[in-house]
Amino acid sequence: MGNGIARGMTAPALHMAGVFQIGGKQLFGPVDLSFPAAGWSCVLGPSGAGKSTILRLLLDLETGGTFHGTVTASDGAPLAERVAMMAQSDLLMPWLPVRENVVLGARLRGEAPDMARADKLIARVGLGDHASKKPAALSGGMRQRVALARTLMEDRPIVLLDEPFSALDASTRADMQELAAEVLKDKTVVLVTHDPAEAARLGRKIFVMEGGAVNVWPTPDTPPIRAINAPETLACQSALLDHLRGHVA
Amino acid sequence: MKRLDVLWATLIGIAIWQAIVWITQAPHFILPSPSRVAQAAWSSQALIAEHALVTATEVILGLIIGTALGAITAIQLALSETTRRLFLPILVFTQAVPVFALAPILTLWFGYGIASKIVMAVIIIYFPVTSAFHDGLMRQPPGTFDLAKSMGAGKWRTLRHIQIPAALPALGSGLRLAAVYAPIGAVIGEWVGASRGLGYLMLLANGRAKIDLMFAALITLAVFAVLLHQLIGILVRRLEAYAAGR
Repeated sequence: MGNGIARGMTAPALHMAGVFQIGGKQLFGPVDLSFPAAGWSCVLGPSGAGKSTILRLLLDLETGGTFHGTVTASDGAPLAERVAMMAQSDLLMPWLPVRENVVLGARLRGEAPDMARADKLIARVGLGDHASKKPAALSGGMRQRVALARTLMEDRPIVLLDEPFSALDASTRADMQELAAEVLKDKTVVLVTHDPAEAARLGRKIFVMEGGAVNVWPTPDTPPIRAINAPETLACQSALLDHLRGHVA
Repeated sequence: MKRLDVLWATLIGIAIWQAIVWITQAPHFILPSPSRVAQAAWSSQALIAEHALVTATEVILGLIIGTALGAITAIQLALSETTRRLFLPILVFTQAVPVFALAPILTLWFGYGIASKIVMAVIIIYFPVTSAFHDGLMRQPPGTFDLAKSMGAGKWRTLRHIQIPAALPALGSGLRLAAVYAPIGAVIGEWVGASRGLGYLMLLANGRAKIDLMFAALITLAVFAVLLHQLIGILVRRLEAYAAGR
């Protein structure tokens, strides 16, 4: 993993403070968010609250609005080129076999891809026998595993996940959560999700966005990833759901 | 099964044609019967083949050059926003000029040979190819450009590794249109001024009241256009299958 050392494997904590406006109107803020280093932060909230905007700000992508504030890493280094993303849609290139999809980043940067490492990562997400197949020959869950391997291949210390498991069936989703938790355990992960159960399982820190504010929600005392049926997971999930329903209604 | 359908449709078409000739009793210099046309086609096969070869050359060269120019323009437009802002309105404006009206000017500039017909075919297919391919290059699944940017991709590599392969079916749609338009462009060019080609042969036959030969040339042109369309169809289906990963 020499490549990773070059990009800085130590995952920093992230800090975001400021106000976000669209067309002069405030979407959220003032916020003061701390995302813990080498751990999962989950961002929950109703549609349109600005969850994905937080990820776009961390990625320095176009948001359609203006952010008055700062986004910093605890090590003081800029975030650019240290962030990888994974979205709800797998965004695999249908004409490329799995292995080529995994090394897409290297191709796009004009670097020689490390095929041996790609094969290792493909095997790690359980697709060792499928490396030469095209995405059309894979199930939705398998395609999301390829997207996860592609994200890992980027070997960035910060990983942003925008509802990556929401289109999967319940059992595949639970499997993917466990796999992602294992392979991303050394990274600073920010996960945007609609699913209180997912946040309750995976979050070391949980943020709830509502009415322009972003509040920290108490997480269970046990470390993630938590069992789906553990009493503390279920209690956290149910309290979150009640809270969200109260605000959505 | 499909080939049988084509055969049946052709036979039915010929039967209807023959029936009209019988019912209307039209003189052969207005509407020749299928058998008369077949006879003319057989007796003038060398002549028709010679002219057909000229038209085919014009159409195929026009298709190749027009598609290449259209694809290069689309890529340029996709690469540079400035080019897009300046060039797109001009491109749309040029479409307001009826291309057929240009035929006499093109003959004046490029002569009576095949060059003016190739230019005519190029002009007529340039816009559909450019427009279809450019739309395909710019219309990517949501999040694609964000992913490429997060991976540190430049414009050219995003285009080469993501946009162009994804836009091949769109280029195919442009090619399908081009296959229909290119023979029209070539034949109109031949009508305006030429000494060879199926369009020229039709005018010549008409002037000499050889209507059966005129019909034979017309049918040859139609068969060529259909074959070209089929051939392009095979190519386009391959492009579509590649882009879909089948």
